[in-house]
Amino acid sequence: MTMPRLLAPRSAQRVAMTLMWAATAATVGLLLFIIGFVLRRGASTLSWEFLFSSPRHSGALGGILPTVVSTIYVSAAAVLVAAPLGVAAAIYLAEYTKESRLTRVIRSGTDALAGIPSIIFGLFGFAFFVTALGMGWSILSGGLTLGLMILPTVIRTSEEALRAVPRHYRDVAQSLGASKWQSIRSVVLPAAAPGVMTGVVLGIGRAVSETAAVIFTAGVALKMPFSPFDSARTMSVHFYTLTMEGISDDMAYGTASVLVVTILLINIGAYTIMNRLTRKYR
Amino acid sequence: MMMMIARTRTWMATAHLSDAVIERCLQLAAWSAVTTLALITLFILREGMPVVFDRGPMAFLGDVRWAPTRGHFGLLPMIAGTAVVTAGALLIGLPLGLAGAITLAELAPMKARLVLKPMIELLAGIPSVVYGFIGMEILVPFIRERGTLGGPGYSALAASIILGIMVLPTIIGISIDALEAVPKSYRDGSRALGATQWQTITGVVLPAARSGIVAAVILGMGRAVGETMAVIMVAGNAVQFPGSLLAPVRTLTANIALEMSYATGAHARALFATGIVLFIVSLSLNAIAGRVRSGKRASFA
Amino acid sequence: MARVALCLAVTGCTRAADAHVPAGAVITLAGSTSIQPFAERWAEEYAGGRIIVQSGGSTAGIKAAHDGTADIGMSSRALQPAETAGLVETVVARDGIAVIVHASNPVRALTYAQLRAIYGGTIRNWRQLGGPDAAITVITREDGSGTRDAFEQFVMGASHEITASALVTAYSGGLRKMVSQDPNAIGYVTFSQLNPQVHALAIDGVTPTEPSIASGAYRLQRPFVFLTRGAPQGAAQQFIAYVLSDAGQRIARAEGLAPVTIQ
Repeated sequence: MTMPRLLAPRSAQRVAMTLMWAATAATVGLLLFIIGFVLRRGASTLSWEFLFSSPRHSGALGGILPTVVSTIYVSAAAVLVAAPLGVAAAIYLAEYTKESRLTRVIRSGTDALAGIPSIIFGLFGFAFFVTALGMGWSILSGGLTLGLMILPTVIRTSEEALRAVPRHYRDVAQSLGASKWQSIRSVVLPAAAPGVMTGVVLGIGRAVSETAAVIFTAGVALKMPFSPFDSARTMSVHFYTLTMEGISDDMAYGTASVLVVTILLINIGAYTIMNRLTRKYR
Repeated sequence: MMMMIARTRTWMATAHLSDAVIERCLQLAAWSAVTTLALITLFILREGMPVVFDRGPMAFLGDVRWAPTRGHFGLLPMIAGTAVVTAGALLIGLPLGLAGAITLAELAPMKARLVLKPMIELLAGIPSVVYGFIGMEILVPFIRERGTLGGPGYSALAASIILGIMVLPTIIGISIDALEAVPKSYRDGSRALGATQWQTITGVVLPAARSGIVAAVILGMGRAVGETMAVIMVAGNAVQFPGSLLAPVRTLTANIALEMSYATGAHARALFATGIVLFIVSLSLNAIAGRVRSGKRASFA
Repeated sequence: MARVALCLAVTGCTRAADAHVPAGAVITLAGSTSIQPFAERWAEEYAGGRIIVQSGGSTAGIKAAHDGTADIGMSSRALQPAETAGLVETVVARDGIAVIVHASNPVRALTYAQLRAIYGGTIRNWRQLGGPDAAITVITREDGSGTRDAFEQFVMGASHEITASALVTAYSGGLRKMVSQDPNAIGYVTFSQLNPQVHALAIDGVTPTEPSIASGAYRLQRPFVFLTRGAPQGAAQQFIAYVLSDAGQRIARAEGLAPVTIQ
């Protein structure tokens, strides 16, 4: 890393700066390339009709409507699991406890869960929800599995958001006679809401883009799902199938474009919410 | 008067009661992640351990052949495959990621950071199937048709490059945190002594942030070890010790996802056993990273 | 996971019963994942009642037929003697397995011995087969796949194993795509997956075609078998009769299978 023997400090500085910026530009370039590549090839397929019509011939023709609906259902189920649990856990960690062995166990458990590969969640969801609890390949199994998978994201971001709420908010509320929970519910939570939302939105993003954990829990049925017990194919799984089965390049690029645009919107959404939060406390 | 006091008392009592109930509920929720982890451990072990007991652990960790329908359960080729592509990914991801982190934390003006940071976070949001697809469409044919490279294209090299890109957000994000945790006084001191900005970075900031960066690398490693779909799409999935970077390899993750759909009996259990190995590796990497990080945090405090 | 497949089959059954369609009108099929898509096609066209198709593999299908969790078990391999007890087998179609190469590959025919040597890893260059001087990219399906199972049985035999350096994919369409993109590749897919981008090789002088598969002249093939406990009866019998009828067999042909009752 150091090269004073080879170059004078000033030249070394110049060379190093150029290298650093070049590497960063390469990283950002890669991102733009990936998005551009997918969207450019997918543009010809992309249309409202593609989004809102049913697939025919295993997805070689037609649209992707059932996969869009399935994605929404599965992600919604995941959020219904992860948001209440995650926010409640964050409130407990941020408001009710001091650092102790107990919180250390909870925190390292949460960290460990965040590091578990999604394929392990797929195996677990299959063994637990699909088989042991008899839910079959279904929106419910997929949503529950994904919900547990995004739980650490929601806990962490929510806890950070809660901790960012200034101390005096609570003091004022409690000096006015509110109980601890009342002050949290009516003062702290609303103040932390944007940060909490960011975590939830990022969790949705992970749920939408996930494949390995869903394919073995929600299944691959390419039909419009009607009940939580129906098997469902999300957009990511559909895209994977289109690609791996070599069904249709056009449809694959089209589906990839929808996926990438969705992720883009979700990230922009999360970022906007977050920005609003930071501006508020500046 | 008495009524009012009584009423206030009950009101206070219910307030306290409900507060206590709520605290209990919140506490329960706080354990959800730990409970999930316990459930995962339980179910992966329950499905995977019977076959390990049945055949003995050496059937998995001492055999080079994986042919589960013929009774061979050797995971060594997949462990080697995982190690090779992970090492390859870090070889690409570490310099690029560290450079990105240094740029964002030390060099870039605030305005540039506000644009660059979310872009790098977006890189983490792109579905792994899209990375795999790009790999199949661009990287694999490139490797196959380039005279100096060659081979089937589906290879350890292709997987390493794709994974190298995929670990970037992890390495950059956590390294930035580590660099930002270094007190400003360190830099001021160094600059006051006449060091250039680059000398300050390499001589003072990086050493001070070392453990955080090590943690970033380990977590990046965990990301690479655990990635499934992108790898399955470009690695070729041959069950062999890779003779070269151009040879196809199979990772532990790919082994599970590839064979899950039709596996029955001992074969299916052997895939769960593969999951156990993967699970242990992931937990260990995470624990090491956590230890490295928390150690350093204390030293700045 | 035989247990797992079974559980799924069972939940499928309970749900079907819950739906309260008139008794006898619901038929459950379970078993071979290779047959599943075709069974679903027949089920779509069948007017005589509701058909529920579960997958889980041939072995699970045989078991489901035995213990009655499915009305009809589906197997894409001939049954072993120990498995047949009490079961009636009806072959409903035949599925050829085509060995495919890139459309530009000059090699157009192989013997079983050569095919075995290629997949066994002893022949590694197309030059040894009269083709260009290029390393052969061997592609195979994953362990557990029914297609691979049939290929191993007919080509490799009990004593030979597919080389460890073979590329592996879990998708037959994907395998075809890989072959269509690599001039030096060889792979195998079910007959229905053939398209003009790949070339199907003649094996021991016989090219896979619908007639050569139906007549048995092309040996690399497997039967699609419906299994019932005892002779098929009632709704199951009606569905099997439909599958074997001209209409059912024409669907099989349109989907790339070799029919068994029509020419």
